Amino acid sequence: MGKIVRIAGPVVTAEDIQGAKMYDVVRVGELGLVGEIIRIEGNKSTIQVYEDTSGLRPNEKVDTTGRPLSVLLGPGIMKSIYDGIQRPLDVIRSSGGDFIRRGLYPDPVDMNKYWEFVPTVKKGQHLLGGDIVGKVQETSLIENRVMVPPGIEGDIVSIEEGKFKALDTIGYISTKNGLVELKLSHYWPVRQPRPVKGKLPPNIPLITGQRVIDTFFPVAKGGTVAVPGPFGSGKTVVQHQLAKWADSDVVVYVGCGERGNEMTEILTTFPELTDPKSGRPLMERTVLIANTSNMPVAAREASIYTGVTIAEYFRDMGYDVALMADSTSRWAEALREISGRLEEMPGEEGYPAYLGRKLAEFYERAGNSIIQSSQERRGSVTIIGAVSPPGGDISEPVSQNTLRVTRVFWGLDASLAQRRHFPSINWLTSYSLYLTELRNWFAEKVSPRWYEVYAKSMEILQKESELQEVAQLVGYDALPENEKEVLDIARSIREDFLQQSAFDEVDTYCPLRKQYLMLDAIIKMDELEKYAVSKGITISELQSLPFREKLSRFKEVKYDQVEDYYNSLINEMQKEITGRVEQK
Amino acid sequence: MSDIIYKSVTRISGPLLFVEGVGSVGYNELVEIRLQNGERRTGQVLESRRGLAIVQVFGQTTGLDVGNTSVKFLGETARVPVSDEMLGRIFNGIGEPRDNLGPIIASEKREIVGEAINPYSREEPSEFIETGISTIDGMNTLVRGQKLPIFSGSGLPHNRLAAQIARQAKVLSSSEGFSVVFGAMGITSEEANFFIEEFRNTGALNRSVLFLNLASDPSMERIILPRVALTTAEYLAYEKDMHVLVILSDMTNYCEALREISAAREEVPGRRGYPGYMYTDLSTIYERAGKIRGRNGSITQLPILSMPSDDMTHPIPDLTGYITEGQIVLSRDLHRRGIYPPVNVLPSLSRLMNQGIGKGRTREDHRGVADQLYSSYGRGVDLRSLAAIVGQEALGKDDRLYLEFANKFEEMFVSQGYDEDRSIERTLEIGWELLSMFPERELKRVKKEYIEKYGKPVK
Repeated sequence: MGKIVRIAGPVVTAEDIQGAKMYDVVRVGELGLVGEIIRIEGNKSTIQVYEDTSGLRPNEKVDTTGRPLSVLLGPGIMKSIYDGIQRPLDVIRSSGGDFIRRGLYPDPVDMNKYWEFVPTVKKGQHLLGGDIVGKVQETSLIENRVMVPPGIEGDIVSIEEGKFKALDTIGYISTKNGLVELKLSHYWPVRQPRPVKGKLPPNIPLITGQRVIDTFFPVAKGGTVAVPGPFGSGKTVVQHQLAKWADSDVVVYVGCGERGNEMTEILTTFPELTDPKSGRPLMERTVLIANTSNMPVAAREASIYTGVTIAEYFRDMGYDVALMADSTSRWAEALREISGRLEEMPGEEGYPAYLGRKLAEFYERAGNSIIQSSQERRGSVTIIGAVSPPGGDISEPVSQNTLRVTRVFWGLDASLAQRRHFPSINWLTSYSLYLTELRNWFAEKVSPRWYEVYAKSMEILQKESELQEVAQLVGYDALPENEKEVLDIARSIREDFLQQSAFDEVDTYCPLRKQYLMLDAIIKMDELEKYAVSKGITISELQSLPFREKLSRFKEVKYDQVEDYYNSLINEMQKEITGRVEQK
Repeated sequence: MSDIIYKSVTRISGPLLFVEGVGSVGYNELVEIRLQNGERRTGQVLESRRGLAIVQVFGQTTGLDVGNTSVKFLGETARVPVSDEMLGRIFNGIGEPRDNLGPIIASEKREIVGEAINPYSREEPSEFIETGISTIDGMNTLVRGQKLPIFSGSGLPHNRLAAQIARQAKVLSSSEGFSVVFGAMGITSEEANFFIEEFRNTGALNRSVLFLNLASDPSMERIILPRVALTTAEYLAYEKDMHVLVILSDMTNYCEALREISAAREEVPGRRGYPGYMYTDLSTIYERAGKIRGRNGSITQLPILSMPSDDMTHPIPDLTGYITEGQIVLSRDLHRRGIYPPVNVLPSLSRLMNQGIGKGRTREDHRGVADQLYSSYGRGVDLRSLAAIVGQEALGKDDRLYLEFANKFEEMFVSQGYDEDRSIERTLEIGWELLSMFPERELKRVKKEYIEKYGKPVK
């Protein structure tokens, strides 16, 4: 039996642990706190402990479980709220009270609950790891497809239909190494990516209903996004909006070192919100991992791995999964804190030298994948990681290492947020490298003019920033009318299109067709105004035309009325502007 | 637990004591240190190894020596006695009375390092607190259970603002007032006296508990103080069903003390010498604000921090802002122009505002009015710098209107008296009066029906 020799915060050193292996989970001290071996030197093992170590003493015992840090994957995960190491917080509350007690390790899912299992394979069939053997209706939105765990191959000896508990045997498979039990659930080590057969090009957008995202900086299913921004720039609102409206089948939301009340907000609002497709509560497709800032820092380090492993599990069933990690900076800080306690040589800003590698490994677990299975199917994991750079300056290591591996960048801007321009995604600094891959999809599904309208608006916004510099020097009034016209249209794009209220019932979700019509109306206005200006009409005259108000209220229009609204808006616009020209 | 007294201190460095030859000592255990002259100090185990304990001393290390100092490990982590008798009393940083009114009889002893509230147990804060200050109520609404710091600078009237909030804060739906737990870390005795007098004059003292660590008191106690204060607050809120407003001043001094210890421990420094774990450490203070389902009380936090050289990207305000639910930012510029309270609304924010406002809570038009004021004022302020370059005459007609709006907004909306307790209706009314400067097409943030219902005729 091992014994503790040193305790320094979450890092404990122990000696003589029998069979100590790297990354194996150990139980530390009389309370049996869960920890993980992160370094071995001679007979001494260094352990990172996932709970507060107050009161631990040298010479207390340490035992290894002989298994790396794993999560239980099976029915019952959906709708759960876990901490960073898959402890169910609702169960902890009912057994330990309102504050998180140490040393409580309830099962991740209810082990006494029976699930109705329906097999989809027959006796004698030859199966590979990843093959679906049957299904369980986990929630009204999610059908849990029970799979042969990766790495197992053989013939089905028996399989039964009926009611089973999470770890009951549902059948047997005969492999080269003998008979293996099949269960509804299996364990998987969190730091090891679940295998896939290959990756497909990301060519289907993740539709979010957020105009600035879908139209300007779209993300593909299986893509990666970095969302850096200083505090108060609306990172969390963006993440929440995506968790609510993104058209993925499953959402895994990791609150990594953030505020407790934000998790509560999800817990209270999600059950009331309904999925636009099915009308069922959004919670039925959501898994929450909440390791708030004041919870143990080692479990925070583990939380994003727990999250992504659960995401991969549902991907393997053939679902499109979106993973939100808020915030990866807090994860990196946990890494730094542990590294400091290990007295490792610090790299940039005290972060360990392996920060970049670890971040890359994490984002690499995203993808639009061909699932490893003899049955053809695809699934995807999209990772949207918030980054909280100190002082909003993204030249720091976490932002820089993240930008190196992600393909979409939504740069949140504090000065936009201060003017209550939300979502405060800066249109000049942000980018999406999926734009070319997704172009065809939008052309086919929404409008052939999609890209044209986008490119035109982007051009106007670019031009605006140049003109604003000139206006700073010479004053707005000194600009020629055709330049004022550009500024006018740009302002309309910003205010009437890019700004979107997450708190307005209608505006919170904007379908693609409506997005297109709104932007198209502005571009039509641009053409008409250009014509009017060439005929000597001034911009201030054009600004006071009544249709402008109608344009600015487009956001508030319900989806079933947008076509009519658009037609009458264009009609009025043409009449009023050409009317003005004719008057002259 | 053990009665063994060690005299084996081998090294003293800053606030740290290295004790050798010890048996099995618990991490974070409390330590009693006795000097040769009989004087007692307390400390805490920072690192425990076989045969060695590193102890952090609370208070000064003056007079400690190698050889004669004796150390006793108490076998328990730091606890503080709590009781509702503490109301109306004044304590030092480690919870001992400093008002000469004798000891308090504790109903229980609690660990000062509180366990984290289970996120699943939290209740979403949503009750509007009317502070009577327009910039807060109207634009950065505070709700019960929120943590909303005041970002200030040296010489700005943050203490007056905090005192005014403590005096005026109320919840519309109930008559209950707030109990105040006031924690002062490293502030001057003058500042402390200001609060004591203020609480005494308004009769708030008998529903307040004060913890004072003045600038001349040991800096190590500053680390303990907020935890003692919050442990008391938690007792009052969750056992005695009180709504507690916790004012902590000044968090910058707290962080300085944290840096001092970190340096003494020779840890790898993070940004500007502050320890890498400062974010986690601060969160164990701020995250103790909140409401718990099924319990009546609540803890609302109002920490005050002075930004070194008014720099909001300095690690202290930066890390704070990432944990707290918004911030109220004071502006030196407004203060210089004689505007009280000098709240700069643009960088200020309340993240929980939406939960606390709207129909049934404040008024249905609240969100829209606040957004419109923000956006119009923001534009006006931008134009100020432009006007400084090109002159007002070069601006367009609309732009001049925004410029005028920004000035009026500061005079009428931001500025108010120290004793002026504005109701939320009055605040919104002033907002609408100001917005009446603009033609309707400029008011894109407010719904049309509200303009008709609440708007004032265009001037």
